[in-house]
Amino acid sequence: MTDGGESRLSSRRTVLLIAPAVLLIGTFMLVPMLIALAYSFMTADPYGGVTLPFTLDAYTQIFYQRDFDGTPVYSNDYLFIILRSVWLAVATTLICLALGLPLAWYIVCQSKARQVVLLFLVTLPFWINTLIRTYCWVLILRSEGLSNHLLLHLGIIADPLPFLYNDGAILLGLVYTFLPFMVLPIYANMERIEPLSIEAAFDLYAGRIAVFRRIVWPLTRPGVIVGVMLVFAPALGSFLAPDLLGGGKKLLIGSLIQMQFTSSRNWPFGAALSIIITIAVLLPLVFWPRLVGKGGHKP
Amino acid sequence: MSDRIRFFDWRRTPGLGPLTVVVLLFLYAPLVILVIYSFNGGRTVTIWEEFSFRWFVRVAANSNIRDAALNSIIVAVTASVAATLISLAGAIALERGAALRWRSLISGLVAMPLVVPEIVTAITTLVFFSALGMQNGLLKLIIAHTVFCVPFALLPIRARLREMGPTYEEAARDLYASELKLLQRVTLPLLAPAIASGAVLAFVVSLDDFMISLMVSSAGSTTLPVYIYGMMRLGVTPEVNAISTVLLGFSLILVVTGLFIGRRSRTV
Repeated sequence: MTDGGESRLSSRRTVLLIAPAVLLIGTFMLVPMLIALAYSFMTADPYGGVTLPFTLDAYTQIFYQRDFDGTPVYSNDYLFIILRSVWLAVATTLICLALGLPLAWYIVCQSKARQVVLLFLVTLPFWINTLIRTYCWVLILRSEGLSNHLLLHLGIIADPLPFLYNDGAILLGLVYTFLPFMVLPIYANMERIEPLSIEAAFDLYAGRIAVFRRIVWPLTRPGVIVGVMLVFAPALGSFLAPDLLGGGKKLLIGSLIQMQFTSSRNWPFGAALSIIITIAVLLPLVFWPRLVGKGGHKP
Repeated sequence: MSDRIRFFDWRRTPGLGPLTVVVLLFLYAPLVILVIYSFNGGRTVTIWEEFSFRWFVRVAANSNIRDAALNSIIVAVTASVAATLISLAGAIALERGAALRWRSLISGLVAMPLVVPEIVTAITTLVFFSALGMQNGLLKLIIAHTVFCVPFALLPIRARLREMGPTYEEAARDLYASELKLLQRVTLPLLAPAIASGAVLAFVVSLDDFMISLMVSSAGSTTLPVYIYGMMRLGVTPEVNAISTVLLGFSLILVVTGLFIGRRSRTV
């Protein structure tokens, strides 16, 4: 009845079963991305949408802005927004790594029952609405907020400090949002380390640093790479933290893209920016096997 | 360095315990602060006046919030049921199916909603729907939510299928069970907890989504997070605290249920 192994479904049945998922995501995710790719090479319609002719304007617009009479003038405004977004995403990733690595190691070193509890506590915020999690920091940081209230009350400061609406607040919000993404994959890899190999290393007079460098790090690296990608990608395109904590005055890519489809009505530019960050995020996945392979096969 | 080093316990790195406590405080203290403030009866958000349910009552009486909440629930129920059914079929195909030529490509495609930045998914979906000329706001939301719910529903079901291995199914086949009987009597009962867990997680992801709903929803079909965002933009008010606490509590209850069902399935 079935072809191949006995416990396998026929290929016709397999195709029928996987078809809904492939059709759904293909139609409503892949096709829209291809349409956006096409739109990014078209001309903006001032009333929203796109018109012909095909042009590279949306991409060159990152460097040149049209003057009143239409002549292109070099401008680094957009480039600056992109660089600032990349900088914030890199900083978020590094802070999450610096916190996530020791945290994951601590969890791995606990008894099985405590591991389950700690892991649950670290994962739980992931499922809570990002909007609400970000808003909590508005409550704490704003000038009439909790932290200023406390500092004023204790007499440490005389006037409220502007904690909100700067890069530091955005960074805090991003780390807060994405930290669980870093801890989980690192933990998943650390958990598989054979404790005997660590004990053997200690018996051979290896110190903490040597054990980390020679045993823990090589075996944890694939998890670190996954964590870095899981934090960097959404941090680069983040909208809420810059909007609520950054005040939306200084733009980041996420808000810039969103603006092109609402107030600015420049769909091709928004599409071009989307294509650029998608490529930036997907590129590491292409090199993925090579990145992981290097760490995994070391003795 | 020192030769005494081998006598200490490598499982205890100094300083990591306190660090973990600080990180957990960092993760949870802001949520606790929000919940406490939502019970503050005073008009000013920061200064504590009295314990009161006043703002929850105010929120419950707001018909806009009720409409948005109803939209959110309609979308979340429909999208999570659809995504779970699609994922169930997909998981069985991927774990038990014949070796397809594009298997890894299909796995990649199905994981796409997890990888592509949310803002990009949001605007490409918006562009696609407007190119199709789709007007029904709720339908647009349901389709968009089903797409990003699939990977979340798929995950526990696939993991469970892989974990339980083909042994039970092979045994049933050896006893001449038809494919339908096999599915009915063996595969589905064994998968039930994972299916429930996947459905609950998909429901939570849909309920919590903000970015995609913001771009896709139209005037008549606002979801609760999008409506709350609109309130937040107007300023920090006690109403925002109260409705945020309600949504927070609801998600927490659901997630704990979902993860609990998922954990129990693993010990069976």
